[in-house]
Amino acid sequence: MVPGALVLMIVLWEGYKAIGPENGADVFGVRLIPRTSDRAMPHVVEMLRRFGRPEVGGGSSRTVFDAVFAATWYSFRVALLGLVLGVCFGLLIAMLMARFNLLRKGLMPYLIISQTVPLIALAPLTVSWGGRLKLGSFEWQKWMSAAMLSAFLAFFPVAVGAIRGFASPPAASLELMDSYAATWWQGFRKLRFPAALAYLMPAFKLAAAAAVVGVVVSEISIGLRFGIGRLILSYSQEATGDPAKVYTAVVGAAVLGLAMAALVSLVDRTLSKNRPAEAQA
Amino acid sequence: MKHESHSPDQSLGQPAVVVDNVSKVFNAGGRQQVDALLDISLTVQPGEFVSLIGPSGCGKSTLLRLIADLLSVSSGSLVVNGKPAAQARLDQDYGMAFQQAGLFDWRNVAKNIELPLEIRGWDQAKRRERSAEMLELVKLSEFASHMPWQLSGGMQQRVAIARALAAHPPLLLMDEPFGALDEMTREHMQAELLSICASTSTTVIFVTHSIPEAVYLSDRVVVMSPRPGRITATIDVNLGGNRNDDTREASEFYGKITEVREALRGIEHVGGARGIEDR
Repeated sequence: MVPGALVLMIVLWEGYKAIGPENGADVFGVRLIPRTSDRAMPHVVEMLRRFGRPEVGGGSSRTVFDAVFAATWYSFRVALLGLVLGVCFGLLIAMLMARFNLLRKGLMPYLIISQTVPLIALAPLTVSWGGRLKLGSFEWQKWMSAAMLSAFLAFFPVAVGAIRGFASPPAASLELMDSYAATWWQGFRKLRFPAALAYLMPAFKLAAAAAVVGVVVSEISIGLRFGIGRLILSYSQEATGDPAKVYTAVVGAAVLGLAMAALVSLVDRTLSKNRPAEAQA
Repeated sequence: MKHESHSPDQSLGQPAVVVDNVSKVFNAGGRQQVDALLDISLTVQPGEFVSLIGPSGCGKSTLLRLIADLLSVSSGSLVVNGKPAAQARLDQDYGMAFQQAGLFDWRNVAKNIELPLEIRGWDQAKRRERSAEMLELVKLSEFASHMPWQLSGGMQQRVAIARALAAHPPLLLMDEPFGALDEMTREHMQAELLSICASTSTTVIFVTHSIPEAVYLSDRVVVMSPRPGRITATIDVNLGGNRNDDTREASEFYGKITEVREALRGIEHVGGARGIEDR
């Protein structure tokens, strides 16, 4: 799947570049057709070559590949932490909502509101809150804010999927557990949670994507260095003189997303061994 | 088949289930108040097989759920295995099987049967031993590690019965367990159920829509009528211990079917005549 999609993208990119107008075109007076000049759309080969050359002209600096790789690896770790935190938080919320009727009814609007808060507005706030937090030798770091914001985006699909999943067992199965005089926790562990797995896997995939977006956006808005989001921003400022460079960082971001998706698929495959074939996505 | 005997208090001769003047009202006092059951009294002896039959809405499933303590009575009293229904549920004195086998997709057949034992906190070795024994009882030993979706509907229902009986409860409550099966499988399962009950001396309360099924299986058929649900007739069957396919063609069998059918017809004539009895 992934190699096929990659080839398709390259074909589309180079294909359009070959036939599209050099300086773009207007549609009803609006500039809609993108330019295909080397400055706007560098050749794929040129992007790949750019990876091998030094980051800044001067000779002695590291290559772009090293820079992009380091930044991607940095963002990956932050996003992974965000995903793990988001999954834990989302599951916890859903569990509490499954357990307590009052929460089930009262909490949902707040969950939805939480996702309408613009991340850009929230990001600087978490940094300043964190800055005031001092526990002994512990000091709040900017990357912790990024991980938190990433978790903030990632928890939502998990919570929504888990709420549905925990409520998915049919009445007869719940009655069965009741007839065994099972405790709520036994019912959760042996019925609700395993029944929810089919709902959780798609939710985890969405959460992984959200975690990546969360990290990239918050890197940019809180000015966290080292990450791929920041790298895209700084490379894009050189786009006029060195158009291929920014695309190397974009490729890094894409790889970051793919790596997260691959990780989730791996978890999915391990957990879904015992599910009927038709229930597997 | 060898099978260890059930809890000792059965031998004291006390009834397995005593339903005494039980009524059940849903939404009491509300606009949509439903008198589901009215003044039900029924005593079931240990080892007896009793069917509850009646049109939809007659409260037979409700009565079963009251005995199981999945619902609580509005008035009257309910004694199961010599104790209040709630205590009997806590002690897992009964097993239950529903129309849908309701096996857990993520557990194999043996693990499904072990579910009630896990909840009781049995250790793994004991659970294994018991699930193997139950699989032998329902003749599915070679399917222990199959997943539920790999089994036919009839086999799934057999697993559900094995699960219901895994803890050797003295009482088995069944809510149309064969309702979703085709006719051939159904008759086969009825014969299986009888032999299982005979070998385990389990008391059974069996809810069904089918007159021949009720007659074939039961020592006693309890006919119920709707709105409010009450018992209108009780018919002793006594087709003998060795029922088989010939039984289904015997004249006594047809005689009893007619008797039950007439009792059910009687309900239509009575209609709602006693429907508006306020307690």
